[in-house]
Amino acid sequence: MVVTSTTRTADGSRSGGLAAPQRRVADLGGRIFSGFSLGAGLVILAALAAVSIFLIIKAWPALTASGADLAEISWFKSDSLLGYVGPLIFGTLLASVLALVLAVPVSIGIALFISHYAPRRLAQSLGYVVDLLAAIPSVVYGLWGALWLLPVINPVFTWLSDKLGFIPLFADYQAPAKNIMSASVVLAVMILPIITAVTREVFLQTPRLHEEAALALGATRWELVRMAVLPFGRSGIISASMLGLGRALGETMAVLMVISPGFLFSFHLLKPGQHQTIAANIASQFPEASGLSVSVLIATGLALFVITFVVNMAARWVIARRKDFSGAN
Amino acid sequence: MSKRIDVTDLNVYYGDFLAVEGVTMAIEPRQVTALIGPSGCGKSTFLRTLNRMHEVIPGARVSGKALMDGVDLYGAGVDPVAVRRQVGMVFQRPNPFPTMSIADNVLAGVKLNNRRISKSDAASVVEQSLRGANLWNEVKDRLDRPGSSLSGGQQQRLCIARAIAVQPEVLLMDEPCSALDPISTLAIEDLINELKEQFTIVIVTHNMQQAARVSDRTAFFNIAGTGKPGKLIEIDDTGTIFSTPSVPATEDYISGRSG
Ligand SMILES: Nc1ncnc2c1ncn2[C@@H]1O[C@H](COP(=O)(O)OP(=O)(O)O)[C@@H](O)[C@H]1O
Ligand SMILES: [Mg+2]
Repeated sequence: MVVTSTTRTADGSRSGGLAAPQRRVADLGGRIFSGFSLGAGLVILAALAAVSIFLIIKAWPALTASGADLAEISWFKSDSLLGYVGPLIFGTLLASVLALVLAVPVSIGIALFISHYAPRRLAQSLGYVVDLLAAIPSVVYGLWGALWLLPVINPVFTWLSDKLGFIPLFADYQAPAKNIMSASVVLAVMILPIITAVTREVFLQTPRLHEEAALALGATRWELVRMAVLPFGRSGIISASMLGLGRALGETMAVLMVISPGFLFSFHLLKPGQHQTIAANIASQFPEASGLSVSVLIATGLALFVITFVVNMAARWVIARRKDFSGAN
Repeated sequence: MSKRIDVTDLNVYYGDFLAVEGVTMAIEPRQVTALIGPSGCGKSTFLRTLNRMHEVIPGARVSGKALMDGVDLYGAGVDPVAVRRQVGMVFQRPNPFPTMSIADNVLAGVKLNNRRISKSDAASVVEQSLRGANLWNEVKDRLDRPGSSLSGGQQQRLCIARAIAVQPEVLLMDEPCSALDPISTLAIEDLINELKEQFTIVIVTHNMQQAARVSDRTAFFNIAGTGKPGKLIEIDDTGTIFSTPSVPATEDYISGRSG
């Protein structure tokens, strides 16, 4: 979702009547290619438009339904669509952002270790392991979270709630750990490989020229990282995080299998029955849904679509803002 | 603030490959020593051993000695990071940090040594170093612009400013003008002439006129053939090397009959 390619239409420059035959062949190739890439770009735009239109049409009945109609849906415990979607959006963002906060520093650490600290042999095998982790289906992470993580993390949460319970964030923990924090930990583990893999590639591409500049000034390894590697990789780190965030926002199974749902605007991270995410909610309600309730679920899907879109735009804006200093020139 | 370096019997290896063999030479303080010779004869390789930058290449190692004012640069207790803070380096291609402003580029090395430098100290280091690199007047109004917004010649002078900002003892330059136009080249040569009053300078150049113009001493390196190690053929006062060298190969190279 982040990797929407910028399609560039070549201007198909004409080379006058003097063009040699070979030149013309090259020209034809160029035009075929530019036509092709223009086409591919249009297909992406068309697909995007088709999805948006589908979502809007299918969500329309819910968007226009009266509170009374909506109230007839058995699981609809709110007086308006917005009142229903609001907590879901909140839960989705909270789970994903928490996951990102947990995953990004660890990912950067692993990526740096692989790219700049580990001996070559070790770095290679670690790289393979990370790539393998990225290929594990999310339902497996969900199983792992529900069966293994929940009991293991229980003492940690108990301790947190005991010692730091005076902070509302950590208050009111109840076992089993079917809370948003556990879901975020699973999500973090899930998005860790992709963020690590992308940032590692970015770090490996730090220009040798700039690494040597730092070293020649007497930089230690860590100073080299701070001076050349991280600044150079900044936009890559942001892209990687957004890629991870995109995955976390839309993740269904891992959350569904871990969290005990609730529909509140709550910052009690350790308390069960407080939060739910859009994707997990759709998955859990959809099998029983019909008519207007399907439409309501699709409306929440539309909200997710918009969120993902906004997140990506924001990422692009952040990257573009410091283009002058990006090293891309 | 400028030290001498005495190199004795220095060999440099890339893995099993002996790239430079048996170099013995004295690098005098407050003088410009030029390294000349055909490409591939190991000038850059040798230069990088003087601040232990060769160590960042996997498999590269040296044997022999390099004493800076009597202290062995390769000594057991000597930290390569400390060596590089005393022996600065300017590269063939200008390499200011593109993510930093002009001022921050100048301060990059200074901040490594001294994290908490006061604003006014920082400003004066920036001004002094940029003046020292003959760049101040051109950039004083845009110190917060990225270093990459400058022309190639200005970027190279920015790199020199960055190197001298930490007040090193020795300044190494590896073909600092080869990526620059003639006017920028002249600017750098003038600068080298001024810098040698403070620093010991070693410069690699493939340009004989440049060696003749800027250096006090010239070392001629040569290589017997590909795969053979590069060797120091002779080192002498620049005037002598260019008029009456003692080895015929030097004269051949300088007069363009080989290399
Ligand atoms: N990083 C490296 N790894 C292996 N061999 C190298 C490396 N750098 C240079 N060499 C070899 O060392 C020799 C000297 O190279 P170099 O010092 O770059 O010569 P010069 O600067 O005089 O042109 C050449 O044979 C070159 O192929
Ligand atoms: Mg060279």
